[in-house]
Amino acid sequence: MKSLRKFLDNKKPLFQKGGKLAKFGSTFGAIETFLFTPNHTSKSGVHIHDAIDLKRTMTVVILALVPAMLFGSWNIGYQNGLAFGIERGIIDNFIFGFLKLIPLLVVSYGVGLGIEFIAAQIRGHEVNEGYLVTGILIPLIMPVNIPLWMLALAVAFAVIFGKEIFGGTGYNIMNVALLARAFLFFAYPSQMSGDSVWIYDLPNKVPIDGFSGATPLGQIGQGAVSKMASFHDMFMGFIPGSIGETSIIAILIGAAILIFTGIGSWKIMLSVVLGTLSMGFLCNLFPLNDYMALPGYYHLVMGGFAFGTVFMATDPVTASHTEKGKWIYGFMIGVLVVLIRIFNPAYPEGMMLAILLMNVWSPLIDYFVVEGHIKRRMKKAKLKANA
Amino acid sequence: MSKVINLKRGLNIRLKGDAEKVLGTSFEADKVALKPTDFPGLAPKILVKAGQVVKAGEPVFFDKNNPDILFTAPTSGEVVAVNRGERRRVLEIVIKADGKNVSAEFTKTDPQKLSREEIKEQLKISGMWPFLKQRPYGTVAKTESVPLHIFISGFDSAPLAPDYEFILKEQTSAFQTGINALSKLTDGQIQVGIRPDQSAGFFSGIKNIGITQFSGPHPAGNVGIQIHQVSPISKGDIIWTISPQEVIFIGRLFETGKADFTKTIALTGSEVTSPKYYKVIHGTSLSGLLKKATKQEGKERYISGNVLTGAQVDADDFLGFYDQQVTVIPEGDYYEFLGWAMPRLNKFSISHSYFSWLNPKKTYKADSNLNGEERAYVMTGQYDKVLPMDILPVYLMKAIIAEDIDKMEQLGIYEVVEEDLALCEYVCTSKTEVQRILREGINLMIKELGN
Repeated sequence: MKSLRKFLDNKKPLFQKGGKLAKFGSTFGAIETFLFTPNHTSKSGVHIHDAIDLKRTMTVVILALVPAMLFGSWNIGYQNGLAFGIERGIIDNFIFGFLKLIPLLVVSYGVGLGIEFIAAQIRGHEVNEGYLVTGILIPLIMPVNIPLWMLALAVAFAVIFGKEIFGGTGYNIMNVALLARAFLFFAYPSQMSGDSVWIYDLPNKVPIDGFSGATPLGQIGQGAVSKMASFHDMFMGFIPGSIGETSIIAILIGAAILIFTGIGSWKIMLSVVLGTLSMGFLCNLFPLNDYMALPGYYHLVMGGFAFGTVFMATDPVTASHTEKGKWIYGFMIGVLVVLIRIFNPAYPEGMMLAILLMNVWSPLIDYFVVEGHIKRRMKKAKLKANA
Repeated sequence: MSKVINLKRGLNIRLKGDAEKVLGTSFEADKVALKPTDFPGLAPKILVKAGQVVKAGEPVFFDKNNPDILFTAPTSGEVVAVNRGERRRVLEIVIKADGKNVSAEFTKTDPQKLSREEIKEQLKISGMWPFLKQRPYGTVAKTESVPLHIFISGFDSAPLAPDYEFILKEQTSAFQTGINALSKLTDGQIQVGIRPDQSAGFFSGIKNIGITQFSGPHPAGNVGIQIHQVSPISKGDIIWTISPQEVIFIGRLFETGKADFTKTIALTGSEVTSPKYYKVIHGTSLSGLLKKATKQEGKERYISGNVLTGAQVDADDFLGFYDQQVTVIPEGDYYEFLGWAMPRLNKFSISHSYFSWLNPKKTYKADSNLNGEERAYVMTGQYDKVLPMDILPVYLMKAIIAEDIDKMEQLGIYEVVEEDLALCEYVCTSKTEVQRILREGINLMIKELGN
């Protein structure tokens, strides 16, 4: 490590102000701080700092995403096998799927980080860690058949218009990963929904008899509730869907990691679930269509709900920043996801839209929470003055 | 039975180098100094010249904005230097101690027989006044104001802080006299906050005070937190604060008619060979204290005060005006290969992404490394977990950065000083300089609305 450090120290002047390669200062800095935690010491205020930093935080989130990613890889292989009647072992299914996932990850990171590095360089800032997580989130919420150029386009759109124009990580209003998905959903709907996009090779080959490839939410939309996968299968994740979203078990492992480390807000996760259950229950009372007749708790295992709740709604930058606001924000996501699923059969997947909508609303929620806080403080002061 | 307030939010940072409860061999500091820079916003007018001989309690400088508050010599001796920094700003006035600690003469009376004005006068001319700080803002109290209450924290909960029960013992009489003097300055009460385990300790023998017990982690011992719980400050309120050893200075002044600025401080930190307590003169030179006392294993950082709020000093610098602790920690100017990914079993963290939660008894050696780089705010709710106040710290920070005076006022800037938000800065994932920002906000308030 010493020789590597020496090498960096040697090259550093080249990238500093006045150096030949000063243009690439941010890039050099990003690589350097990735390899070595910098030697910066406290200059003002506290003399010691907690060991946590943004890189560690992002690393934990990525760790929490690993189970969903591994399961998703396996499921690509498994679903492909189901569709075409191919028998593969667990390992083979996993390898089959993982090889399909890798190009998506490469494109997502390549394009996203590339834009981040350029943007940081233009602004003369350091490269922020935000995209490390976004880069893995985006492939996991895509259908496996998404063309790579489309993915690249979506990433570019989301990173530039969702984040960089606002100032980079920490300043964005909407969840960047979901924005990428929403972009494709509206720009190329045929590649983002329907029955064939979820299974590798399905659009090109003829499946075995009786295989549809539709997601459970899609099946309800088509009036095929009877064909819907069992609760058990949906919970385990043996169903078609976006790559990382299907297995509730894998996502729950991630949720446990996030909650235990305190990096994901349990308040948001819990309140989303509560919101969904309440709205689901309310709809059950008036079962006007198949969606409404669906027991409320089914919503928890269908579509992108679980993945969105654990990894998207909890994005601290775009969620409510106040603790009280988090309850409202989460609950409203839960309510909206059921409403969108029920009343908008064209978009059976409501989670993405519910979260994006509440992302936009969260500053308003915070505004009212802060105003309420101020009012309460003023009232207390008045009471004291009169006492 | 005094009231008990349980504070849940906060954090005890477990560091190595707590002072053993013994008094180190006393040493004669050859030099003491007064540092005008210890008082934010002060414009000193120097009254002494190099070569002049002074006694303890004789004026050295005053504040041009408040000319009746004198800052006096901590001990007797010869003024050797008035050191100036950039733009001729006075950094310190150094006095070479003669070792006799002779004091100027002041009136020796029972303060209970004196009027408020007489007590004020005695405190002003003897140099005791600057120990009284006022909230809002944590600046030196204004002589013409009358505080609602005077608050004293009876314990220090900061990392490695001195134990007041140890440093105050056997000084009950001087403390009581000091309290009697101070109680004349307010129409309210002298409020003392203690830990529950102190309920039979030093303060239980003191009359003329109201006691509230505070249990919970740091910052429970911060006087600002205690004020917030007992009598929160709103616009227009003035509360004074002072720390117990300074009450004893005042007590001695009235009991003996002499200014005696002897106090006990703790020398602490992982780099100190044997951390313990020392009797020193206020403003003492640190060179004698630190000589041969540290391990010298690598680069060291000397702090006058504690690791959260203290000031970085050189080894030959002087103890800060209000400080009762000196901390020595390793300097953290090293690179760590893939530091963010390492288990880092030897680092303390509030976060469960490290492992210090596994062993709640273990103490840690903390260095001055930032453990990361400064970033925009990403994580939320971190500050709230370590601030036991009804305040939204991040929104207060944002109001300050936006220079929005109304919002700063509404969000509680009157209630906090740097030390109250120091833990927020410690836990911040984005390494935001919370204390610097807060002081800028306070300075803006003073500039716009007056002190």
